Amino acid sequence: MEETREQSFNQSGCHVHVIETEKYKTNTVIVKMRAPLEQDTITMRALLPHVLQSGTENAPSATAFRSALDELYGAHFFADSAKRGNEHVLTFTIDVANEKFLHGESNLFDQALTIMSDVLFRPYLQEGAFSEQTMKQEKRSLQQRIRSIYDDKTRYASMKLVEEMYKGDSYALPAGGLLKEVEPITAASLHDYYKKTLAEDMIDIFVIGNVKAADAAAKIESHLPFKKRKAILKENYLSHKTEEIRVIREMQDINQGKLNIGCQTSITYADPQFAAMQVFNGVFGGFAHSKLFMNVREKESLAYYAASRFDSHKGFLMMLAGIDQKNYDKTVQIMNEQLDEVKNGHISDLEMDQTKALLKNQLQESADTARGMVEVLYNNIAAGVDRPIDKWIEEIDTVTKEEVSAVAKTVVVDTVYFLSGKEEA
Amino acid sequence: MKKTIFDQMNETVYHEQLENGLNVYILPKVGFNKTYVTFTTNYGSIDNDFIPEGETDFLHVPDGIAHFLEHKMFEKEDGDVFQKFSSQGASANAFTSFTRTAYLFSATSNIKENTETLLDFVQAPYFTEQTVEKEKGIIGQEIRMYDDNPDWRVYFGLIENLYKHHPVKIDIAGTVESIADITKDYLYTCYETFYHPANMSLFIVGPVDPNEMMSLVRQNQSGKTFAEPKSVERRFPNEPAESAEKHRAIHMSVNTPKCEVGLKMPASLKTGTEKLKVELAAGLLLEILFGKSAAFYEKSYNEGLIDDTFGFDYTGERGFSFALVGGDTDEPEKLAERIKTQLLEAKDGQNITDESFNRARKKKIGAQLRAFNSPEYIANQFTRYQFNGLNLFETVPVLEAMTIEDVIGLAEKMIQEEGFSSCFILPKETA
Repeated sequence: MEETREQSFNQSGCHVHVIETEKYKTNTVIVKMRAPLEQDTITMRALLPHVLQSGTENAPSATAFRSALDELYGAHFFADSAKRGNEHVLTFTIDVANEKFLHGESNLFDQALTIMSDVLFRPYLQEGAFSEQTMKQEKRSLQQRIRSIYDDKTRYASMKLVEEMYKGDSYALPAGGLLKEVEPITAASLHDYYKKTLAEDMIDIFVIGNVKAADAAAKIESHLPFKKRKAILKENYLSHKTEEIRVIREMQDINQGKLNIGCQTSITYADPQFAAMQVFNGVFGGFAHSKLFMNVREKESLAYYAASRFDSHKGFLMMLAGIDQKNYDKTVQIMNEQLDEVKNGHISDLEMDQTKALLKNQLQESADTARGMVEVLYNNIAAGVDRPIDKWIEEIDTVTKEEVSAVAKTVVVDTVYFLSGKEEA
Repeated sequence: MKKTIFDQMNETVYHEQLENGLNVYILPKVGFNKTYVTFTTNYGSIDNDFIPEGETDFLHVPDGIAHFLEHKMFEKEDGDVFQKFSSQGASANAFTSFTRTAYLFSATSNIKENTETLLDFVQAPYFTEQTVEKEKGIIGQEIRMYDDNPDWRVYFGLIENLYKHHPVKIDIAGTVESIADITKDYLYTCYETFYHPANMSLFIVGPVDPNEMMSLVRQNQSGKTFAEPKSVERRFPNEPAESAEKHRAIHMSVNTPKCEVGLKMPASLKTGTEKLKVELAAGLLLEILFGKSAAFYEKSYNEGLIDDTFGFDYTGERGFSFALVGGDTDEPEKLAERIKTQLLEAKDGQNITDESFNRARKKKIGAQLRAFNSPEYIANQFTRYQFNGLNLFETVPVLEAMTIEDVIGLAEKMIQEEGFSSCFILPKETA
């Protein structure tokens, strides 16, 4: 396979990673800012990227900012916030056309870097803080975004499960912020937090495209001059002990019940058994050949989706299915039986081969998008692990059935969350 | 095999129409790991009234059958084709739209085996009463999942409003009731009629050798026998210009109301570059009127009428075209009125300035370049364009040659007050 290695540069306040490639028709810059996940700051972190995109010194309103992007051949700028275990990551991305495909254009990459720099270092301010008008609009938008999670029932059920299962752990916090925390944020308090974030977050910057690495790194240094900072000490969050399985039911006026079962495992991305855990998840519920799909959907016709997902940064495994509420007991029973099957080592050669083939395929495919490459690199950087794609593939190849069943034994069912419709008449 | 080089995009496409009528396209992508292959039939949810292969009279089939057929293609006498793809390291999938059904895989190894598996499984139907019955439970849950999805409900609610007779108004998956009528015989009839190679396209994009792949496909196809290619006779009801219903509100278990305004447009009768121009001009018009840098967006956002879910979309397919505009809002009526006014004013050429036109065009050109990073986009859109007699690689040159007059002319012709409708999602009153 085509192996693309990054070149890294340590700058005073950040690490810069450049991937030189000619396979895209655009060039991409991604800035990642990482801090501990905390109740007091999460809502400000969810709000901040939206306020920063609402105007810069050079383009002092959201409309002026969006126009500048359109003029730059529709440069894509987007920012979001996400959980990474017990950390919170802000991601700012700009993606701009490579001028070699356009008639008579030049320097689009430099102009894109200027826009990124404007957003992060020169936001539009009034009297030393963000503008009141922007604050009002973006707070309203954030409240709307948080409220609308309720409208997407699959997402809502997953969020509620995590919230219930991890009470007292910051992992329970929703990446998009807390509704009640939005109103108290002021233009001044957010601006103070912005300065703190800029000064203290762990920063990694990625450049992917038809560029020269040293040249790109020098441009980053002049456009994005992050100051020197102290490394954030990684706290170790121990998983809680599951005394007995909690079952939570919620009723809403909906058609399909959403069953989400949360499990804990002590194995995370940084562990040597991580590859075995990945194979476990693939055999159990990650694919269309997996046990959950074959048994809940294909054999019993109980669901359209029936799967498991693994958050490797936390050691959180979730089984999920959309079912008729009358099939609740039957589905829970099948899911538990299938988990026991893997624990007891009832895994076929075919299941192992299929899972490994698809995991390797996913990894190789991830290197075909700028975003995919950055996610793989960043996982290693943030977890302090050296697992480039080729090594990762080797690890997957050598996993045995015994290892899969051993990691399955670490998986403990913790909380069942069932969102159901009103009882049928 | 014909080779066409698209200089500006730095892409080359190889094409051959095989003896059995199948169109095969290969686009080599240097530097990519993944190969993505689609096998698509020019047959979708709207094709529910047609003369079956070997017969003389029209037949009307149950709603949701094209999608049901797509599900059932994967099951064979010796098991599920997903299993085979998994063993060969490929991730397989399929989708059904209004006008197409596509089967696809992506893989980084065993490309030849996977391509043969794709061709072979789509060309060997296996339906039994028992497997058809089993699938009804699964698709029933898929339908219920969409029933709880407010975005899907507002989208289809609006299309149902727009069309009086045309089958685009029917949900692609059908309903729990309509799929109950589906039998294995219906599936075979649809299959025999619409899955002839002459009605299909194969698109291969990835780090492949075009000669090798073409001869593999040629060989695979020459080993199978098919009926003589002939075009399928399909029938569609006459659709008036005015929308069927002006408004509907759907109450659901949600926090945030939604408002979508739809505009039914005359189905374009043009073909080739002219048709492409219409589609691109419609996209530019909506961008100019409702894009994030438009005055409309700024005013409505600043007032708190819209948020960043606000968006727009133009759909132009075989026999129908419409535009949708809207998003989440606390005041759906006010937003619907404002969107309608903005469109009607554009009919008189208002708000379409040189500045906004140039900006929108630049944005669109950049978006098109970005889209060519994606093998999925290239294969799916190329096929869609080809079925409509268009060429995907003409989009950038056509955009570069577009003028503001083209957009103003389109607005004047396509925006008709009688074609409007709106659909709201409103929170259910809690008892």
